[in-house]
Amino acid sequence: MSTIAEQQPVVTSMEEWSCPLPLRDYPSIVMGHGGGGQLSAELVTHLFRPAFAPGDTSALTDSTVLMLPGQRIACTTDTFVVQPLEFPGGTIGSLAVHGTVNDLAMSGARPLVLTAGFILEEGLPMAQLARIVHDMARAAREAGVRIVCGDTKVVERGHGDGVYINTSGIGVLDDDVHIAPDRATVGDVVLVSGSIGDHGMAIMSQREGLEFETAIISDSAPLNGLVEALRTAVPDVHVLRDPTRGGVATSLNEIAADAGVGIMLEEQALPIRPAVRAACELLGLDPLFVANEGKLLAIVPADAANTALSSLRSHPLGTDAAIIGEVVTDHPGMLVARTGLGARRVITMPIGEQLPRIC
Amino acid sequence: MCLAVPGRITSIYDEGAMRMAKLDFGGITKNVCLAYLPDAVVGQYAIVHVGFAISLIDEASAQETLHHFRSLGILEEELGEVADEDYAPPPPCPVPSQATSLS
Amino acid sequence: MKYLTEFRDGEIAQRIATEIRQVTTQPWAIMEVCGGQTHSIMRNGIDQLLPPEIELIHGPGCPVCVTPLEVIDKALAIAATPGVIFCSFGDMLRVPGSDRDLFRVKSEGGDVRVVYSPLDAVSLARQHPNRQVVFFGIGFETTAPANAMAVHVAKREKLRNFSMLVSHVLVPPAIDAIMRSPVNRVQAFLAAGHVCSVMGFWQYPMLASTHQVPIVITGFEPLDVLEGIRRTIAQLERGQHTVENAYARVVTFDGNRPAQELLEQVFTVSDRAWRGIGIIPNSGWRLSEAYRDHDAEYRFDVTGIHTQESALCRSGDVLQGTIKPTSCSAFGAQCTPRTPLGATMVSSEGACAAYFNYGRTVQLQRAGSAR
Repeated sequence: MSTIAEQQPVVTSMEEWSCPLPLRDYPSIVMGHGGGGQLSAELVTHLFRPAFAPGDTSALTDSTVLMLPGQRIACTTDTFVVQPLEFPGGTIGSLAVHGTVNDLAMSGARPLVLTAGFILEEGLPMAQLARIVHDMARAAREAGVRIVCGDTKVVERGHGDGVYINTSGIGVLDDDVHIAPDRATVGDVVLVSGSIGDHGMAIMSQREGLEFETAIISDSAPLNGLVEALRTAVPDVHVLRDPTRGGVATSLNEIAADAGVGIMLEEQALPIRPAVRAACELLGLDPLFVANEGKLLAIVPADAANTALSSLRSHPLGTDAAIIGEVVTDHPGMLVARTGLGARRVITMPIGEQLPRIC
Repeated sequence: MCLAVPGRITSIYDEGAMRMAKLDFGGITKNVCLAYLPDAVVGQYAIVHVGFAISLIDEASAQETLHHFRSLGILEEELGEVADEDYAPPPPCPVPSQATSLS
Repeated sequence: MKYLTEFRDGEIAQRIATEIRQVTTQPWAIMEVCGGQTHSIMRNGIDQLLPPEIELIHGPGCPVCVTPLEVIDKALAIAATPGVIFCSFGDMLRVPGSDRDLFRVKSEGGDVRVVYSPLDAVSLARQHPNRQVVFFGIGFETTAPANAMAVHVAKREKLRNFSMLVSHVLVPPAIDAIMRSPVNRVQAFLAAGHVCSVMGFWQYPMLASTHQVPIVITGFEPLDVLEGIRRTIAQLERGQHTVENAYARVVTFDGNRPAQELLEQVFTVSDRAWRGIGIIPNSGWRLSEAYRDHDAEYRFDVTGIHTQESALCRSGDVLQGTIKPTSCSAFGAQCTPRTPLGATMVSSEGACAAYFNYGRTVQLQRAGSAR
């Protein structure tokens, strides 16, 4: 960092944050903020660092050195390009934290640290970036993880969508846990931790031409606490998966295919909020294919099903948990649902994105 | 061509020269064009296709149809008729948890 | 959801199905015209409740499937024109043209946007006065009032930059054409409930008596579809062929008059080529002379398009019900939902796509799963 930057007052408290002097000169992001010089340093000193590591005034280095407990490390990476950047229930920032924390939690790992790489578009309003960064910091705090390294690049106006965020996450596996699709066993029970389709429909509700006046809020949330509660009650969880893009249908198809087992779903058992159901009906969408960002699917042995259910329901993020299906010998590799009429339908993986239909 | 969903008219207003309405679809509300139902009033139900209300729902007729459906098979049950074995309805779904509608 | 949920009651569905079984004494082939009904049948497994004597033939009631290849190619050409904002219903994005679809055009730089309502395209035209905004106006009679209003509003507001590429198709001529086909197997029709909510059903008695077929106006929810089938079978078993309205809560004999009035003003009947089937006289609507200024076919130079249908695709035979998708040599091989050759495999209620997924369900049942 240059000496000029060091002489500016450093904001350490986010509650008091208002655009500090050096950043105030630039109400929006300019190319220089990605140049690696003074402007870049000011962004780090006055926005990113106070948000992600309040009170930390140690020298910045090229890489962060960590002492990690344990020998089995889980790592994951994800990139976030959601539009709009801010939506009911979150921002691209909190989504990035939750998505990465959840990927780690689904392996049974305890999430520890995250990295955050930003690609900012020239012209992005500084105030909006600040809201996103603060939301990200809040999400990290609530999830109990630290954001320990980062990077910023700026692309020319028209070459980015405001903000793209890439995160990596590192977690540790505290025991010999092996939670993976290959553990799905015939006779196992499938549970979901709550209502499906909330996030996807919250996003859809903001898209041009598909606006509703609606109470659909994204369910974006960190699931590590929920997983811990579940695994305390049921140590032998076989499979965990967070059904993000492509929804529950995609996740269960993947698990069925990976494990070579059949999965039978009870449509009537799926928890779906009335507003989500109504929005899906209006657009001709199937909630099974709509993204979730704060829900998990758990596959557990049959004799642990009720214990699993009550442990999920006792946690604030799992109050609407439900048993939704079972692992079967029939139709290996396929997901089949029993409809409200007692008939059956095969639920295939969507080819691409599910689009609203008129027909 | 045929995805049309029923909603209840909660308010009617004009947007420029266009007659519009706000409809409640049971959890979400959306503004739709009401130009094709000039006699519709608040409280009535209409079906909506691609942002247009195209027909009112005759509630009396709906209730009559449901009543007819609900009385099907009751006579057979009362007379103790046996269902055709080849076509026994599938066993009831194992009911694991709560209803699907969340408040 | 009121007036939706009640008509999905599984227990009542079983009772209607029982009634159907009790009256069916011989094989019957019924065609459901509307793609939305096909979707409901597949989605709920309604056909699994029916006795094996009843064959449901999925009709050409899916605008995605029957929009002529030439129109698709015109749409692609317009969408690829620099500066154009091309708006479409989601259903059309994956329909294959001669060599690509709208998704490809989008990836190559075309500004293709999915809209929920044609009025959203009109809004875009207001917001972007310096760009050409084109709306892809396809569909049956159900969608025509919405499309008509959009172009009517654009004309009234003098939105010079708005135009519509129209390719509407009409149900009654299609029923007539199907019944006149020498290889026709259809013995009765479930007419499209929402088409009739707009048009009424005064056009159908002539068809029923000319072709001696029962025509039952049918809705979309499981109980509506089952009731439509029940009434149809009852007629067939009694040798009757009249028009019945099994969707009375929404459909009236006259239909929606205000909608029909604007339709008459905005559209003109024309011959229309149905993809895979061929030209059916007076079976389509195009924009009338009064709206010529907003007709995308005149605004954009879309001549010189060389259409090339897949030589293997037999969509047309499937749409008319003369063959089952499984009889097509490309079915499941070169042609799958992932790599569709024709529109009936692209659309979620296209008969070929339905069979592709349904077929897997049939395999389950044959494997003897007891559930």
